[in-house]
Amino acid sequence: MDIEHLAMLAKLNLSDEEKALFAKQVGSVIDYIGKLNELDTSQVEPTAHVLPIKNVFREDNIQDSLPRDKAMHNAPRKDENYYRVPKVIE
Amino acid sequence: MELYHLSIEEARRVLDNGELSPVELANSLLDRIGALDDEICSYITVTKEKALEQARDAEKALKEGVRHPLLGIPLAIKDNICTKDIRTTCSSLILENFVPPYDSTAAKKLGEQGYVLTGKTNLDEFAMGSSTENAAFGRTKNPWDKARVPGGSSGGSAAAVASSQCLAALGSDTGGSIRQPAAFCGVVGLKPTYGRVSRYGLVAFASSLDQIGPITRSVRDSAIVMNAISGNDRNDSTSAEVDVPDFSSALGHDIKGMKFGIPREYFREGLDRGVEDAVAAAIKQLESLGAHPVEISLPHTEYAVAAYYILATSEASSNLARYDGVKYGLRVDGEDLSEMYRKTRESGFGAEVKRRIILGTYALSSGYYDAYYKKAQQVRTLVVQDFNKAFEDVDLIVTPTTPAPAFKAGDKTDDPLQMYLTDIFTISLNLAGVPGISIPCGFTSQDLPVGLQIIGKHFDEATVLKAAYAYEQATEWHKRKPEI
Repeated sequence: MDIEHLAMLAKLNLSDEEKALFAKQVGSVIDYIGKLNELDTSQVEPTAHVLPIKNVFREDNIQDSLPRDKAMHNAPRKDENYYRVPKVIE
Repeated sequence: MELYHLSIEEARRVLDNGELSPVELANSLLDRIGALDDEICSYITVTKEKALEQARDAEKALKEGVRHPLLGIPLAIKDNICTKDIRTTCSSLILENFVPPYDSTAAKKLGEQGYVLTGKTNLDEFAMGSSTENAAFGRTKNPWDKARVPGGSSGGSAAAVASSQCLAALGSDTGGSIRQPAAFCGVVGLKPTYGRVSRYGLVAFASSLDQIGPITRSVRDSAIVMNAISGNDRNDSTSAEVDVPDFSSALGHDIKGMKFGIPREYFREGLDRGVEDAVAAAIKQLESLGAHPVEISLPHTEYAVAAYYILATSEASSNLARYDGVKYGLRVDGEDLSEMYRKTRESGFGAEVKRRIILGTYALSSGYYDAYYKKAQQVRTLVVQDFNKAFEDVDLIVTPTTPAPAFKAGDKTDDPLQMYLTDIFTISLNLAGVPGISIPCGFTSQDLPVGLQIIGKHFDEATVLKAAYAYEQATEWHKRKPEI
């Protein structure tokens, strides 16, 4: 298991101590999970949903929505009606 | 009796006949919280002003003749369930200052009845844990023995209910997070059928497993809260379009002739002696009430934890991608967008959350999907089939809620796998979506509470509550209170 690669995929910085610790701990959980291979599931359908739920449709009616200032109230950085982020385009 | 010890049922009677005012009741709870909670740490936020305001509103409504089962009743809500204009932290630094602009459907429904919110209760960060030790703002203590954990992840709700710092509370249950802390704290915890209660406004951990439910001091109170929060919701497309019965009217009927399945896989070596004895006595008690215990098998029980930790962490790694420092929550600045994400998530998440994100990312990463995620969903099918087959022959299934009573704080924090295995008896219900309740059924030789788990068919909470009530009324366990 390549912890550094996984941390990159998950957009997570990990300290060297965390990398070493997680490699050991997650490794032992994965060993434990290996027990699923005792079961032959070649003929078993995977569960998509525990209840017989299908697509749920509704009419496309206009409903009340949050005012913009309320919706943006928790933004850590904003500029009038925009979220501010570091420059994305070179 | 002190006001804060009242059940919802008892408080209802004296509030309705005018012997007690909601403000008096709210003050009793707020004083109790002030006296106890620095030590127990069951609340992250106590909403004193809000509680008194709601209590005054309830007082006015009562005088005008308004009547609702929860009008003026002081309740607590787990801090991963959104409450409008009240900070909702998920016990995480990444949401330390998050104030939802809307109510979860469950909180909204309590609000429609005029409840009184005492505060937001502690949990393992993002509900990931079994001990309420993975908590950014301090661990919760078990009111029965403060050196021990209250269970988790709804440990704050269970401890608050057990120590009479609210009349009842909402929790959430993804792998046992309502039932396990209820068992550890000697109270009643119900995980409803998946889809019975709307998840709208419940901060998502594992969306195919999460469910909101009540933690209470009696079975009747559990039914009262279930009546309030159940039902289909247009804001949660996985909430079921199934009629909601009156759960209160399910109580008080005899259980003669009912068949209880006793799965042999739950009574193997490793089961704590005190738990085993208490559960065996409870099964005898049910038998003496006219029920028939039948030995059954749920053969895939031993695979449930392994399947769960693939599915729950996969869903979590995906759900927690939203914490990126842009629209809400913590932001830590970086040179570019990617560094901002990584630094924000590094500072905002605790160790267990990071561990689960890594595990889930691994399970879903290219080349591993079939070996892990698909395999786990296939095993999930086998677990569902186990329950379906069992319920062809029995009305309910009875098990211990946990293999052992509350453990000491710090005992399992270094070994995640040992922590995960404490949920071995509760996890398969989430995989199958079936409802289950934990009720007090005795104490170990060290005076720690033991929980009895009663499992029902999909959407048959009524029968679960009926049996739980019959047992509770025939015993005295639920009347014992921790000495604090």
